[in-house]
Parts: sequence; C-alpha cells; structure tokens
Amino acid sequence: MIHLKDIAHGRSGDKGDHANIGVIAYTRAGHAFLARELTREKVADWFHALAPSAVVRYELPLLFAFNFVLRDVLGGGASDSLRTDTQGKVLATALLEMPLPTPEYLAAMLPPAERG
Amino acid sequence: MSRAVESLRIGNGAGFWGDNLDAPIRLAEAGGLDFLTLEYLAELTLSILAHQRRRDPAAGYVPDFPDTVARMIPLLKAQPNLRIVTNAGGLNPEACARATAKHLAGAGLGAVKIAWVTGDDLQPRLAELRGAGEAFGHFDAPERGLPGEFTSANAYLGAKPICGALDQGARIVITGRVADASLTVGPVMHAFRWAWDDWDKLATASLAGHLIECGAQVTGGLRTRWRGVPDFARIGYPIAVLSRAGECLITKAVGSGGVVDRESVSGQLLYEIGDPARYHTPDVTLDMTSVEIEDLGRDIVKVSGAKGIPPPETLKVSCAFANGYAAKGDLVVCGADAADKARACGEMILERTKLGGYPLARSEIELLGTEAALPGGFTADGPFAAYAAPAQALGAAGGMPPREVVLRVSAWDKDKAAVERFCREFSPLITAGPPGITGYAGARPKPRPVLSYWPSKVSRARVPARVDLKSAEELAAGPQREAA
Repeated sequence: MIHLKDIAHGRSGDKGDHANIGVIAYTRAGHAFLARELTREKVADWFHALAPSAVVRYELPLLFAFNFVLRDVLGGGASDSLRTDTQGKVLATALLEMPLPTPEYLAAMLPPAERG
Repeated sequence: MSRAVESLRIGNGAGFWGDNLDAPIRLAEAGGLDFLTLEYLAELTLSILAHQRRRDPAAGYVPDFPDTVARMIPLLKAQPNLRIVTNAGGLNPEACARATAKHLAGAGLGAVKIAWVTGDDLQPRLAELRGAGEAFGHFDAPERGLPGEFTSANAYLGAKPICGALDQGARIVITGRVADASLTVGPVMHAFRWAWDDWDKLATASLAGHLIECGAQVTGGLRTRWRGVPDFARIGYPIAVLSRAGECLITKAVGSGGVVDRESVSGQLLYEIGDPARYHTPDVTLDMTSVEIEDLGRDIVKVSGAKGIPPPETLKVSCAFANGYAAKGDLVVCGADAADKARACGEMILERTKLGGYPLARSEIELLGTEAALPGGFTADGPFAAYAAPAQALGAAGGMPPREVVLRVSAWDKDKAAVERFCREFSPLITAGPPGITGYAGARPKPRPVLSYWPSKVSRARVPARVDLKSAEELAAGPQREAA
C-alpha cells in the first residue's frame, strides 16, 4: 500500500459552499496510474462524512493533474459555516492521505529530488 | 510618448487584506518592477467595508494601502517608472485615493497622478436594476428564494478601466471590485496594446494574473512538500514577466526566500478553480487544459499554451446580506478519556443554553486533536475504516488515545440573545463540569453578526465603469465642491 501523497501533490480551497481539490501527479507514470485509481467515486467515498451533493473530476492531462470539485461540502461556506475549516483549506492534505494499492512501477512515479 | 516596451514585470505584493505588510516593500525594492499590484478583496470583504462605511462615510476602503504607499515614498522617488494598481478602494475608491494623495503631496510627490475606478458598486442602484429586469438570483441555485436587503452588491469589473486609467497617465490606479486577474491584465493591455478580442493573448495575461493574485501561494506557500521551501520566513512574492509576443514567466526577486518551480506553479494554477476549460473572468474565458508548465531552473517557470474564448455577456456580482449571529468558544480537556469528556461538555453547553430558554437554530461540536477538522476517510463508519482505524482509535503517540483535546463549540441563531446566552455557558463548567478542564482565561466568546454570501450576475451593458483622475496635490486639497 502507498498513499496518494507519495506520488502526487495537491491544493484545496473554496468557492462559496463548494470546495475544489487540485491533485497533480509528479510524473507521467503517476498520472496514468491515478487516472485509473483516483476515481470520482473513490474521492466521494473518502469525503462521505461531508456529504457532497456531487463530485466532479476534471482533467488537465498536460499538467498530469485532476481537479476535483466537491459541491455543498463547506457547511454553508466561509461566513455561514460553524466548522473550523470553513474554506476547505485542509481537504487536499486529507485527500493526500488516501491509501492506494502499490503500483508495479512505483519508482517511476516518485517526485524528483528537491533542489539543494 | 512612452517608448514601446517589449517585456513587462508585474509583481503582486498582497494576496488578501491581512497579508504581510513588508512584502510589497521588499518586492518593489528588489523586483525591478514596472507594476506593483496589491489585491485585498476576498468575497465578503466588501460587506465588512460596507459596515464600516455606514458608521463613517469617509471609510469603506482598505487603509493598509495608503499606509503602504507612505512607506514606499523613497522607493517611488528612486523608481520613477514604478506604477501601482490595487483594488484597495473597496466601496470608496475616491476616499482611498485621497488618503493616498495626502501622503504623496506631503512628501514632494504632489504631481503624481492617481486614478480611481468606480461603477462596480450596485447597492445604490438595486431598485433601478431590478426594474430593468435584473433578478439577482443565486448564481448556483437560481431557484433559491431571494434573501432580504443586500448589505453590499458589487459587480466584478474587468481590465478595461484599469487600462484606460493608465492610458491617461495614472501612476497609481485604485479600484473597487474588479476580477483579481484584471489587476494584471490592465497593465499588460496598456503596455502592449493587444486587441481586446485577441483571446489567447488575453488568456495568457489572465493566467499570469491568476497565478500571482494570491501572493506567496505561487512562490512556496501551501506547497505540499513544504520542507523543501528554502528560507520560508523570508518568502519572496511573485513576479509575472510578460512579453509583447505573449510569453509568460513566473518568478520572484533574486535573493528572496521561497521557491518557484513546477510544483509551486501547478499547485496554484489549480487553486480555487471549477471547470479548468472555462475559467471565467470579465476579460476572457480561459481554457487551462492546454497550458504547459516548464521549469527553467533558478526560480523561473515558463507558462504557455493558454487559450481564450469570449467572456459571458453577464458579469459576476458578489452580494451579501445580514443573517443572524454566530459565536464559538474553546476549552482544553485533559484525561485518559479526554475525547468522551469533551463531547459531554459540549453537549452540556448546548443543553444549558436550551434550558435557559434558547434552543439554538444551529450548533456544532468539534473535538480538535481527534481529526475532527480533517474529514478524510478516517471516520469509523467510512469505507476506508480498515486503513483508518489505527489513526482514529489510537492517536499518534505510542498507541494511546489522545489525552488532551480542544473542545470547540459553535452556534448560530437569528436571535442575538440566544447566541449571547450560549456564550455565557462556557465558564459555568469551571465548577459545574467534569475535572481536568482548563483554558478559561481570556475573554468570554462574543456573538458576531453573520454576513452571508450571495453570488449573482448582472448584464454587462448595465454596469458602466467610470475612471476619474487627479494629481495627488489636487486630491489632497480636499473634495471639490460641485458647481451649483
């Protein structure tokens, strides 16, 4: 088992009561793997506690990226929400913890080394 | 006559009201900028400013901006070609311009021309616009019933009035609500004279604006691999370099902290977007799905391939309305059964508020430290529970459940008295609650008035923008009396 964060990075935010989570694979191989594994259904399940009214997966293949839009998950949005994370700031961090089956060619999906 | 420029450096020194106060100064000092942009207006900021303007007609703008200009006076003298574009005007761009002018006129910069852009504020025109057929229904849910009176209603203007102000010779342009990206598009259109229907070029400029509008979020802020961000405390704010031919680079000042690389730029590209093939701005609808990002090294990233199509005939409008009161309070709860105890205390606070005669319309109990704010698949009944069980049940350290959690209870009601009573039910737990609870020091929670957000739209043709321009000297002399 690996975690999504091993092969992708991400960022999340709000638009009214909706949240979006950008997920970007570090490599082309990782993107191909996520195209199969990181389905709309799986993301909706992962956030079932937030009861999204809809989850959409948009594709940005040239950037090895997906944009997930989760509708009506922020408790009314920035001002109305009574929750601590009123703006979906931690949703990317939460999604990157998702477990995934270990891919056959994991080495080809890992991020490039950080610059020194 | 200004000579034809071939490339333009636009730096953004503020991503919201409350951003780092030194960032614009550092960026302008080291960035070699043609334009400095400063973005201050989040979705509900104008409603907060409306509240302030009701108490003081000279208020209603972001005071950080004139303060920043005051600190930048030596820089403005040393860099005579540096110009500034900001949305700090909020609901009162003229007052913001006047406050800014006073600093300049008092420092020997009275000849500096300041422009202010108005026309976005639809609140005074609501009756007229409704009469003309504008319904102001909810952008996402047109079937939703309209709320009561809007406390603010502002259309998102585009880059044209900003470009127009610069064409007239403004060195500082102060707007109210404009699309964030338009703060960048305006200067680009002024400098390069691209056609307003050259959609791919407009898309490139809008993409550049989108990438820098949140300040340090594209230079290392929010980066997943945050440990790899060098010198995070001195993070540099972003610079977009655009060429007349339509190329775009994202970078930051040499020597500043942070990082601009493929990861930081692609993360920000996806920030707060919906359909990436249809990112709407008043200037152009941007298609990001054809965009490519190339890391050139040394904190320079090339962004190319943006495509544009004509924008919709309607402009987005941000409205707000007063909607009851909310409050929240925290307590620190300790013990081997901390999470259970904290929940019992939260329920006690709500029950006692009800016993006091105030059943609350909405409330929420969060146990921070038990992944309450991290809504992943970690809940015990979720489809990922098999993976999540160890984290949820055992806590991080040594297989023990958390022995210290923060209890946060929040409540909302139309009735302020109900929320006030809720606020008074935290401290009785000092004596009339379980042991092992602390954190009572500090002020009692207070009800805050809730301003709810109502996104809508309006026909573009009904929202003319207006540009005014004066020298700092003229502006500082005071409001002109209208001729009778």
